[in-house]
Formats: sequence, C-alpha cells, structure tokens
Amino acid sequence: MKLELLKRAVESAAAGRPAALVTDLKSGRQALCQGSDFEGNLTPGDAVIAAARRALVDDRSTLVETPEGKVFIEVFNPSLRLMVIGAVHIAQPLARMAALAGYAVTVIDPRSAFASGERFPGVELSTEWPDEAMARLKPDRRTAVVTLTHDPKVDDPALVAALKSSAFYIGALGSKKTHAARLKRLAEDGFKETDFARIHGPVGLDIGAVSPAEIAVSILAQITATLRADRLKNRQAA
Amino acid sequence: MTTNSGDNGEILDQAAQWRGQGKGVALATVVSTWGSSPRPVGAKLAVDDSGAFIGSVSGGCVEGAVIEEGLAAIKDGKPRLLDFGVTNEQAWEVGLACGGKIQVFVERVE
Repeated sequence: MKLELLKRAVESAAAGRPAALVTDLKSGRQALCQGSDFEGNLTPGDAVIAAARRALVDDRSTLVETPEGKVFIEVFNPSLRLMVIGAVHIAQPLARMAALAGYAVTVIDPRSAFASGERFPGVELSTEWPDEAMARLKPDRRTAVVTLTHDPKVDDPALVAALKSSAFYIGALGSKKTHAARLKRLAEDGFKETDFARIHGPVGLDIGAVSPAEIAVSILAQITATLRADRLKNRQAA
Repeated sequence: MTTNSGDNGEILDQAAQWRGQGKGVALATVVSTWGSSPRPVGAKLAVDDSGAFIGSVSGGCVEGAVIEEGLAAIKDGKPRLLDFGVTNEQAWEVGLACGGKIQVFVERVE
C-alpha cells in the first residue's frame, strides 16, 4: 500500500472526482482508477476496470473474483452533503452531529447575527439568500436539505431549489398546520403531490424529542433512514 | 454506500501522520462480510509499530487479532487476508458472537 496513492484517492474524492482503489489481495499490488486512467503498480484487466466503474456508480466497495485471484475495489466518492437553512439553535447540534456522521455541512442564513462564526465554530456558513446559495452549491443525489427558519421567505426558496434538484432528502421544520400552509404555497408555485411526497414535514423521526440536540438526533436519524432505505427494505423483507 | 466519506478520512489522516513521524504503519480493511457483521465492507483500522490504533473492523471482537497481524505485516511487509467467523477458533475466543463472518485485508503502508 502506497500512502501516496491513498492520499490521491482521498484528495480526488474531496475535489469531487470519484476514484476507485483496486488491490490484488494476493500480491498487495494496487492501482488507482479515475475515469479511464489508472496509475500504480497493478495493471487491472478490462473486467476489473468495468467492475470498478460499476462500484463507483453503486457507491459500494466490493470484492471480485478473477482468474488471477481476489481483487478488492474500494470506492472513494465525494462526501455526502447537508445544507441547513436557518442558523437557529437546532442547527448548532445538527451541524456537529452531521459532521460526525460524515456529512460536509453548510449552514445558510441571510441573517448574519444568526450565521456567525461564534455560534458555529468550524462550520461552513453562508449569509446568501438560500436560492442564491443553493444555485452555487448545486445539491445533488448525495445531498440532504433541511429548512429550519419557520420563515416562508427564507425557507420556501430553499425548498423550491431542493425540489428542483435530485437531493435524496428534504426536510422542513414546522407543525402539521405550518406544513399544510407551506404545501399550499408550493402548489401555487406549480408543485405537485409527487413533489410534496419528497418533503419530510414535520421534520424528523417521531422520538418525542424536546431539546434542540434531541430534535437534531431525530432529523439525522430520518436522513440516515432515507439514505439507507435499501438496507432497511432488505431487512424488513427478510 | 462507502464509508470513505465519513470516519475513514480521520483514520487515513492518522496513518499519514504516523508515517510522517517515521513510524511503521499497517492498514486493515474489511473486504467482505457474510451474515450480520457490525462493520461494513470498506471499514478500516490503522495500527502503528507501538500498537497504537484507530478505527475498527468489527464491534471490537477481532481487533486484538487484527492488530497482532498488523504488527507482523509492519515487520515482514507481506500483505495478509484474514478470515474471522463463528467457526474460527481464534475469533470465537475473542468473541465474534454475532454469527457473522468477515474477511480482513492487512497491508503495510509504505
């Protein structure tokens, strides 16, 4: 294992370029595959390169049997991301917990008194309006979006941007009544039932959460359950 | 989904730091699992030549054995593929009682 190759895999993923590290488990020889390029002291065959591409798409590291022996394909994909709209009290524990769970977190709030470095040490902050911030950050299928401000003029543009994206999770804080009013506004913007079904509102799993940290747990639990929906389904079927 | 976006970043950083300090380092990676296993494929553990370690390949059941093999790999430079499961005597002793099986690849970091 060359440390240099591993570093390159991590850096590549961090820069948004997926990479697969291929290891021959008998010799320990390795190749780093990015697109159709590979480097290292292993020359992978076409079948292994094809398997590496598939593993990157599936986002699943995997062991493959080849005529020459076992080969491990390890996937280095860009981080999961969480965009939190509203630098409110709940956002403080949520940003810290989500970072522990492996998310690159951005907290967005145009109110600079809320989105301050003192309130969010070490967290990436944006004081842009959510529609501007999200046009820049471009949520994708590895992104979760949570709105927490309760203020339609801040939350709604973020929800609109999230619904137009392929974000895997969208959650909106607010009571059932607030949520019903929110959906009515979104309907006036032309969104449909299929869009509404993507929004978790009221946000979070119902675990009877009271404190901001407990609510953050319920939100992160729901994001996790959505991310791992395939595993959940397989287990419930078994 | 891969675990590399999450806790593995920290483990690889620590491995790089140990190497930077001139220490011998081995890296263990879960390469396959059967049945109920506590850590997914891709989970990692790094160990330095003093036995200090970070990360995990199981719920704590086989780490001791993996660290031993890691120290051996640091010495002889040979990669190892280890099998742990309920039928494996050693694993049973150290308590892999979850009923699962895992395969762990251990290699020296150069």
